[in-house]
Amino acid sequence: MAGPAKNVPADIQKPAGAQAKAEARRDGTQPPVPTGKTMQDSLRDALTAAVLVGVLGLFFINVRTDIAPGGLDVTTRWVAWFVSILIAFAGRLALNVFVFNARKPATETLGKKVAALGNAAPGTGKWLLRGLFIFACILPFFFTMLFPGRDRQFIDLAILIMTYIMLGWGLNIVVGLAGLLDLGYVAFYAVGAYSFALLAQYFDFIGFWVALPLAGLLAAVWGMVLGFPVLRLRGDYLAIVTLAFGEIIRVVLLNWYEFTGGPDGISGIPKPTFFGLELKRGEGGFADFFGIAYDPIHRFIFLYYIIFALALLTNFVTMRLRRLPIGRAWEALREDEIACRSLGINTRNTKLTAFSIGAMFGGFAGSFFATRQGFISPESFTFLESAIILAIVVLGGLGSQVGVVIASVVMIGGIEMLRNLGFLSQVFGPGFDPVQYRMLIFGLAMVLIMVWKPRGLVSTREPSAVLKEKKKIGADMVAQGEGH
Amino acid sequence: MNAMTGKKAPEGAALRRWEQDPVLSVEHLTMRFGGLVAVGDLSFDVGRGDITALIGPNGAGKTTVFNCVTGFYKPTEGRIIMRHGPGRQDDTVKTVTDSGLRFHKEDGQGVYLLERMPDHEISHKAKVARTFQNIRLFGGMTCLENLLVAQHNPLVVASGFSIGGILGLPSYKNAEEEAIEKAVYWLERTHLIDRADDPASDLPYGAQRRLEIARAMCTGPELLCLDEPAAGLNPRESAELNELLRYIRDEHGTSVLLIEHDMGVVMEISDHIIVLDYGVKISDGTADEVKADPKVIAAYLGVDDEEEIDVPEVLEDVKEVVEEHEEQVHASSGVPEVQEIVIADAGNYPGRQPLGTINPPASGANNLTRIKGIGPQNERKLNALGIWTFGQIAAWGQEEVEWVGSYLAFPGRIEREGWVSQARVLAEGGDTEFSKRVDGGKVSSSRPGRGAAKNNNGGKA
Repeated sequence: MAGPAKNVPADIQKPAGAQAKAEARRDGTQPPVPTGKTMQDSLRDALTAAVLVGVLGLFFINVRTDIAPGGLDVTTRWVAWFVSILIAFAGRLALNVFVFNARKPATETLGKKVAALGNAAPGTGKWLLRGLFIFACILPFFFTMLFPGRDRQFIDLAILIMTYIMLGWGLNIVVGLAGLLDLGYVAFYAVGAYSFALLAQYFDFIGFWVALPLAGLLAAVWGMVLGFPVLRLRGDYLAIVTLAFGEIIRVVLLNWYEFTGGPDGISGIPKPTFFGLELKRGEGGFADFFGIAYDPIHRFIFLYYIIFALALLTNFVTMRLRRLPIGRAWEALREDEIACRSLGINTRNTKLTAFSIGAMFGGFAGSFFATRQGFISPESFTFLESAIILAIVVLGGLGSQVGVVIASVVMIGGIEMLRNLGFLSQVFGPGFDPVQYRMLIFGLAMVLIMVWKPRGLVSTREPSAVLKEKKKIGADMVAQGEGH
Repeated sequence: MNAMTGKKAPEGAALRRWEQDPVLSVEHLTMRFGGLVAVGDLSFDVGRGDITALIGPNGAGKTTVFNCVTGFYKPTEGRIIMRHGPGRQDDTVKTVTDSGLRFHKEDGQGVYLLERMPDHEISHKAKVARTFQNIRLFGGMTCLENLLVAQHNPLVVASGFSIGGILGLPSYKNAEEEAIEKAVYWLERTHLIDRADDPASDLPYGAQRRLEIARAMCTGPELLCLDEPAAGLNPRESAELNELLRYIRDEHGTSVLLIEHDMGVVMEISDHIIVLDYGVKISDGTADEVKADPKVIAAYLGVDDEEEIDVPEVLEDVKEVVEEHEEQVHASSGVPEVQEIVIADAGNYPGRQPLGTINPPASGANNLTRIKGIGPQNERKLNALGIWTFGQIAAWGQEEVEWVGSYLAFPGRIEREGWVSQARVLAEGGDTEFSKRVDGGKVSSSRPGRGAAKNNNGGKA
């Protein structure tokens, strides 16, 4: 419909027929089509499920065998078996009544309420972000004030999360913006860490602050070295070669014993200094200089602010680059490489800059990792690390900076939080150790999130230039690039 | 800037207008893919300030030419010259070609050898922009962003290769504002300004085509190459496209080279048309000249027997032979017992020449196009060899098949397509899957209907 004409009675402008139906469907005001399922159907379905559980559970849950003197000892657990059947029946029935056969599925109502919550206050997201940022700024003091006994543990966890946020942001440049799937990102992390460790080992005068830019530079060079062979590769092949590259670095570190110490690793990596002041006890230390009492927590707070600053730098540079021609070229490359070439964009250089800038931030994070741990060995740089960083980026939503933060907090913080579920043993009995189940719960959570939000938690893309009105671009429009 | 005001050079003059001042010259361009010659020894000029159309039937090699010009393919042979500044600049072209350099430019003049340049340099330095047959926009980016990506190279320089941009220097901000202004100009031109902040893949098809042209124009090209810009547009959109292309030519002095199947568009706006068929140029001239060219008509509509243009050598051979024998032999009926048609160099081909008669048998010739693999062209070739009926083909043995295949220069095809077995079925009055389709009029045939032959009862021998 073209713009509504003036002086026309309002009811004439109302859509009719199929259009009205379509609009109602869009608004969700149209009464949903009744499914035609009765309570009887629901009961039958729940009963079927219960019988299935009963048959399967008869052996899996009910019968338990233990090795006993003189053979196997068979015990039966009828109560557990019966409870599991009841749970299956009740759960299935509830699903049937409230979701599958309901006139208004509960999930839909819930989803609408959540969406309405977001729409009710459009600035919420922005304020939430600002709140998060302020919290990150004062985080160490927050924990030292409120949790004096456990502040060290919490700040350490915050440092870990922040490291992964930085790594996620670094990888986001390569995977999220340029659309080049990199399964070997940990290689650059390793290059950064080993650059600092080896430089500090062979040259006494090199401290953290000198090594940091050098480590970034070396990692960037390695990024280019990796970039060249994979320039022509696409899709799965690109992913496999980057994966292999990540492993090559680790294997070289492991086997070049004379230079890297092999599996023994490198220890005694220097700690960062605060403008030349070491954070140590006694004369000439940080506490002594400022005339405050020495507390080992100072070092953790200092480390936290270093990684916080590094992460902010990564974010700042990435956000700036997105608004620069090179960042737009990365995104254009992800969308359509051939069109890029037709517009005079040198795709080779564009890919190489993406690889090397992403690698540089990996290198920064690596050298921070080395100084925090004081000891590194090839074991810290396995494929699992790459997979976790990639999972953070994918879970957060490719190309989204906020998504990476949320995903890091959920993934790294979430795993650690599961260690603190001691109260569960009161529910499930003293033999229950939630730590053993944390990977299971974690995996389940990831599956659920990916089902609910297949393109990541924050899947919309923000345009890098706006003429009149900033509109977010839905994930279905945005291409994913190579190897997805 | 616009050469159109000068109007066409007089006919028959030494050089055509586009030959005097070509912006692009394609010389002896050949592109082979393995054994397939997609473009064979093609030469043409694109006049400065002209709208030049490259037309031809499907598979004629038009897009291949485009891909060679824009650097997406490296031509097997040939030279592609792009010129900035007036005139043919023959001396510079020669110097650059001999020097092994890719291009030479001074004071607004320049000569670029496109076959030596990588694709991104062709757009960046030689100023050749292109669009694609299947639209290639950056779907997840807004219209405005699409047009900013097109201005990548000047913006990179303005951003101090990103370093100045990261530091937030004002020089980049100014450059970006200018870039946005340019983008807005083209968005207004293409009536997309209201959708500037919408993702490109949200636009309707016609708008996407316009956006792609706007994006190409944002690179500031001297030559704009459009691959089927009117494909999928409705008549009103086509008319708008014509207007846009005229505007680009007249107001920006940009030369346009376009591939198009929509003859309405082509004939209306083209100053110069080049017609390709099977990778070879068959006509070159103004719209009126091309329209009247019998070769063009033949390529698009098929040919009459008299105007066989595709296989001249076979025809000449046969003609000679026919003349020699005409007085001696008279038409006989049925499958001949003796060889009537003698090809002079028949022995040069492997196998044995099949028996053929100068005239069709009394019962008449069959519609050979009912055999899958034999089109009107091949039917004529076979007729020239004295093959008129299904019975004759059905009688071929291995040696005959081999000879015909190599004489007609498609070895292996007869076996592959099973001409002989098809002919056996058809000779007995049966039907094959394909012949049914021919009879049903679903496949073009030399004669319509159920093999109604020119002078006989057709397939049912």
